[in-house]
Amino acid sequence: MRVATAMRGVHYLLHAPQGDTYADLLFTMIERRGCRPPVTYTTFQARDLGKDTADLFQRAARDAYARFDPQVMLVGSSCTAELIQDDPAGMAEAMRLPCPVVPLELPSYSRKENWGAGETFYQIVRHLADRDVRPAPHEGRRPLANILGPAALGFRHRDDVREVRGILATLGIEVNCVAPLGGWPADVARVGAADFNIVLYPEIGDSAARWLEREFKQPRTKTIPIGVGATREFITEVAALAGVDPTPALQDGESRMPWWSRSVDSTYLTGKRVFVFGDATHAVAAARVAHEELGFEVVGLGCYNREFARDVRDAAKLYGVEPLITDDHLEVEDAIAAAAPELVLGTQMERHIAKRQGVPCAVISAPVHVQDFPARHSPQMGFEGANVLFDTWVHPLIMGLEEHLLTMFREDFEFSDDAGASHLAAHSPSRHAERVSASSAPRAPAIQEEDWPPEQVRGDDEDTLWTAEAEAELKKIPFFVRGKARRNTESFAAEQGRAAIDLETLYDAKAHYAR
Amino acid sequence: MKADAFSLPAESGCAAPPEREVLRERGQREVFCGLTGIVWLHRKMQDAFFLVIGSRTCAHLLQSAAGVMIFAEPRFATAIIEERDLAGMADCHEELDRVVDRLIARRPEIRQLFLVGSCPSEVIKLDLGKAAERLGAKHAGQVRILNYSGSGIETTFTEGEDACLASLVPVMPASAPDTAPQLLLVGSLPDIVEDQFLRLFAQLGIENVGVLPARTADGLPAVGPNTRVLLAQPFLGETAQALEARGAQRIDAPFPFGAEGTTAWLKAAAQAFGIDEMHANSVIAPGRERAKRALEHHREKLAGKRISFLPDSQLEVPLARFLATELGMEPVEVGTPYLNRKLVARDLEQLPESTRISEGQDVDRQLDRVRADRPDLTVCGLGLANPLEAEGLSTKWAIELVFSPIHGFEQAGDLAELFARPLRRRDVLQV
Repeated sequence: MRVATAMRGVHYLLHAPQGDTYADLLFTMIERRGCRPPVTYTTFQARDLGKDTADLFQRAARDAYARFDPQVMLVGSSCTAELIQDDPAGMAEAMRLPCPVVPLELPSYSRKENWGAGETFYQIVRHLADRDVRPAPHEGRRPLANILGPAALGFRHRDDVREVRGILATLGIEVNCVAPLGGWPADVARVGAADFNIVLYPEIGDSAARWLEREFKQPRTKTIPIGVGATREFITEVAALAGVDPTPALQDGESRMPWWSRSVDSTYLTGKRVFVFGDATHAVAAARVAHEELGFEVVGLGCYNREFARDVRDAAKLYGVEPLITDDHLEVEDAIAAAAPELVLGTQMERHIAKRQGVPCAVISAPVHVQDFPARHSPQMGFEGANVLFDTWVHPLIMGLEEHLLTMFREDFEFSDDAGASHLAAHSPSRHAERVSASSAPRAPAIQEEDWPPEQVRGDDEDTLWTAEAEAELKKIPFFVRGKARRNTESFAAEQGRAAIDLETLYDAKAHYAR
Repeated sequence: MKADAFSLPAESGCAAPPEREVLRERGQREVFCGLTGIVWLHRKMQDAFFLVIGSRTCAHLLQSAAGVMIFAEPRFATAIIEERDLAGMADCHEELDRVVDRLIARRPEIRQLFLVGSCPSEVIKLDLGKAAERLGAKHAGQVRILNYSGSGIETTFTEGEDACLASLVPVMPASAPDTAPQLLLVGSLPDIVEDQFLRLFAQLGIENVGVLPARTADGLPAVGPNTRVLLAQPFLGETAQALEARGAQRIDAPFPFGAEGTTAWLKAAAQAFGIDEMHANSVIAPGRERAKRALEHHREKLAGKRISFLPDSQLEVPLARFLATELGMEPVEVGTPYLNRKLVARDLEQLPESTRISEGQDVDRQLDRVRADRPDLTVCGLGLANPLEAEGLSTKWAIELVFSPIHGFEQAGDLAELFARPLRRRDVLQV
């Protein structure tokens, strides 16, 4: 669906039970599309089971063709239709529809969404690419490239394409075809006219690009231009493939991220512990940006799509961390708790996990919710993309610092929870008066339950004993490193065989683990 | 089994009106499946867990439908069928037992577990009834294990609640034959609405009132020949039948939307319990007056406006009745996924003659009709709302009507507001 919806002139006939149309609203709501996805569902019901479903399929195919007049029709089965014996490909072929039909085999009990999108795009390219179309002679024309991979419901695909087009324009490279996003079947037919392929999202574009490499001898790019360094490499790679000078694009003045990152205000970012999780492409790219361009320490790296797990394993070696390949969000939650990061870069899921654990977080990869399909231009790729990354990742940290300052000073009467939005007497005169009269009384010690990070609640049942004094001291440590401090102190105490953790132990441990 | 409802005669006691013509269509249906009911049912039944036996698609649906809720330690989950489960049946049951055992061990606070069937589990004929029996015996005393189907091939959206409640009917205790008449309020309502109704029943003098679904497993009410059933929702055909099979009698009434709907609903109950009419009027009057005042605010915006409903929840007929009789709107087409003539008879008879009633759907043809009718407001699902807005047609997304408190006197104004808001917004925006 993500591929069909991205393209134009394509209609997808999905053999599926009533109710599966729920997927439409991902496109109409999350991506806020103003038209229905070009998908017809057969929506069979219990009473249709038997030979009826095949009839239903053919009727739906005829109606869809008559109504939408597509240039190409895709046919496939949903998970339930996979279980009944109909063969959409065979039935569609038998009907001899007056347009090309691309049958899809999407094993829904073993594969998932990204794989489905990649496979669908590959099948479209295989079926439609005209084998007689080859690049024209190089003389007297500009180099020509295809952009492969952007799709519907893609995380920032819309804006990434615009950025990459900008880079190509600066280099004097023309675009032959962008697909699936915005591409017509006719564009895909002429895919062979380009000199090379630019693969923006390997999850969706790689299978097709590899096939084009084999059959059409078109080389493909391997660098994903996320981050300043990767963008520079990407420009160099593309320029080499096109046989042009990379200098004009490399001199792009739009790149503010290196200076922002060097300015003294960013010093406190140094060595911040960051946990990265997402699709493999975005996770690997983000880890590199975090490490090389923001000076963070990568303490965790993982992805949910096992098809690209190798890339993540390779990258994890660079940072000396254990790669986490899983689609179980509970495992991710445990890994995040164990790594005790100060920033999480992840998907919508990690955003919620981080919220629960009280750790700042930024979103770097799908799946995402509606707020990550923004109205404003906000690419991840190219130099503007790097600017966006800097802002997006640093904002929650600054917020974190603000929050910490507020917590630290919360016993100050002006900041306390019941002080109201403004502490000026004019805005809350009665409270102000109460405060003034009460301020001479001794204040209760600053120990509150909600100070404790969530992992305390889950509680590991160790028998280490914190003295009240050490416990109170622990709470004075900023909340975002408190969990780590507790853990370190406890393992230090265990190592040393100390029965109780007192102030002494706490500071001995601090000295022991000092960076 | 559902088709039976068509052949039932109109309720006795009123002259059988000529059957209204209904446009019946079959084609692509743009509706939710019954699994969606879990999203609100698990909020209502506080010690229940809903385990869907289905595919990744089912899990994905719940994720999309439950939105942000799935991150709050929810009491529902999907046991995802994988390739190896499709290989052999014995294996499948063992696998399910393992999943359930682990679930019960992890969530000891759970008292009722629903095994919810889906399209894949129905198509491979996984016998969840047997599984529920087997597991129920194993965990007896700790957890009640039931099963129902929320599959798309059998249920549409709110029918999932119907199937769930119907599965509870056989385990309801039998009431002693000589007990005083008992009122059974059926259909899950937000707690605040349920409490309002219970207060009103108490004031009316109806003392013995049970609620289905109950908030906890041990609150399940009794049922028997002296039970009078008052439906709060129109989509509970199967549950009503199951209750009738246990001797209960249904009170015929319109559904409690708006000042008039709620009045008639309460009065039907009062009448069934032989409550003095003067007394009933005096109890009902204050709420009714408040509701009317609240509706007055929206009348100006809504009166004379034309509205179409696309099929979604079976609330369409009662809501169209409310909008037509209490706010002066003109229903153009009222689509419903399934029309239970018996249950919505009192609402149906109040709809204007000019209103086109349709049952089932062929979504493309229905959209053609919407475009031709150009109503002022179209009530439809989220898959259609933005595309229709982009065509210049104002819409109200339908699921909100299932998730918001809309029944009863105190909510009448809010209910009208749900329909008035999109129109007001359209007028406010200058871009």
